[in-house]
Amino acid sequence: MYPHSHHQTDEPILDVRNLSVRYDGRAALDDVTFHLHAGERVAVVGPNGAGKSTLFKVVAGVLTPTSGTVTVSGSRPAAHVCIGYVPQRSHVDWNFPVSVADVVMMGRSAVMGAFRWPTKRDWDFVQNALDTVEIRDLAKRQISELSGGQQQRMFIARALAQQAELMLMDEPLTGLDLPAQEGILNLLDKLQQQHVTVMVATHDLDQAEKYFDRVMLLNHKLLGFGASQEVLKPERLIQAYGNRMRLVDANGNLMTLDDSCCGEEEHEHV
Amino acid sequence: MFNWLLEPLSYPFMLRGLAAGVLVGIVGAVVGTYVVLRGMAFFGDALAHTVLPGVALGYLVSGGERGTLFWWALGTAVLASLGIGAISKNARIKEDTAIGIIFAGMFALGIAIISTVRSYAVDLSHFLFGDVLGVTNRDLVLTAIFGGIVLLLVFIFYKEFLTLSFDPVLAATLRMPVGLLNNLLLAMIAVTVAVSMQTVGVALMVAMLVTPAATAYLLTRRLWKMMMLAAFIGASSSVIGLYLSFYLNIASGAAIVLTATAVFIAVFLLNPRQGVLRRG
Repeated sequence: MYPHSHHQTDEPILDVRNLSVRYDGRAALDDVTFHLHAGERVAVVGPNGAGKSTLFKVVAGVLTPTSGTVTVSGSRPAAHVCIGYVPQRSHVDWNFPVSVADVVMMGRSAVMGAFRWPTKRDWDFVQNALDTVEIRDLAKRQISELSGGQQQRMFIARALAQQAELMLMDEPLTGLDLPAQEGILNLLDKLQQQHVTVMVATHDLDQAEKYFDRVMLLNHKLLGFGASQEVLKPERLIQAYGNRMRLVDANGNLMTLDDSCCGEEEHEHV
Repeated sequence: MFNWLLEPLSYPFMLRGLAAGVLVGIVGAVVGTYVVLRGMAFFGDALAHTVLPGVALGYLVSGGERGTLFWWALGTAVLASLGIGAISKNARIKEDTAIGIIFAGMFALGIAIISTVRSYAVDLSHFLFGDVLGVTNRDLVLTAIFGGIVLLLVFIFYKEFLTLSFDPVLAATLRMPVGLLNNLLLAMIAVTVAVSMQTVGVALMVAMLVTPAATAYLLTRRLWKMMMLAAFIGASSSVIGLYLSFYLNIASGAAIVLTATAVFIAVFLLNPRQGVLRRG
């Protein structure tokens, strides 16, 4: 239980090569190759069912790929406890009898080790994490009493308590109002200051362009990965979304996108 | 009033029954917390019924002697829980359908085996509805030991079971042995079923797992508080139920379960947090 692998700092924090995942013969991910450097901030965009959640689960070491390799800081993902996975809010049982601090403390489980109970140091970690995401005053609340933005902050705090160096966020902005979305996006700056590498699955191409170092366009295959102005070109977007999208030419070359979206993300068998 | 409370205590069988009832009430309620939170009530009910053929076989083999039945129940329960776990994971049919098929089939097998014995009706009703007043000192010791082991495991793996129940993906990214922990929990439920068999019987077992824990769920919003409260409700239901059984001449297992059910209904209706009657 709870392995701790050494990190080779000269390696990319995430190195994905020829990754494919198939369910019953259908390809969820097809020959995906890319790598990330420490402290990068990447948006992953693509239509529903494009394989974003699958990619995150393979990178987190929760799902075994059909073929290809994933390497995190020089070793396989399952050897690490520093990969934080921030779930979609709709996948969480909000009536579960836990407080905000309880949930954040769950992130400490691996650092604590088996057969141990939280010490003062662990509670300090939890408090600091809650401070960073600015919901310290909500520590004792039951989780159903939080707003959508606060729920998202709690999960980011949990990943911080886990001392995650690679954070995977699955649709963290979906269903949040604009101020809450901005709050979360600003929080990403703080994470970058702490050298946390962040991958965010999102539907919003504007935000992907504005707030992220690089953008990854995914629809089973990797259709583009790089600076947003290179990746988010009309011809590539049509390749990714097909006729599921509308391109709106507003103010010259700004594009928005309607992906008939925002219901359930793809359903995978884990 | 005082006499009313003390009189049953002058009977050794009542003392043993109360001790067994309290132990089973506590263990069932604490393990039941996870049964409720993870939506495993049907699994718990099925598991209890699946134990019947094992116990019946033991009964037949030992020639009607009750002393070894605990071990037969324990063995069958653990095997059945892991078996159901494996089948529901791998089968192409849905989990509850798979459980339903196995549960009814095994239960029928148990009844078939018992029906070959001449004192069929009496023996069957003991297995189905329990016989807490027939608990021996030896039964009591076994209940305490195995119930104690289950509680100890709940305590030792508290943060692991909590994390796994709330967010299995987090548990996996923290590299907890998810499969092993799931099977351990199934085995703990199985042991709880085995130790509760004599108190409430196969048919009412699921109430010991689900009812006190569900009552506590309505009243509190922290897991450990829910466990404590459920244990208190489970133990009190056993005590009150046994007194009712003593004075009103009701079957003991039924009296215990009815008490727990009454507490649940009262809390459901009157609970200050979200009771139905307080809402308006």
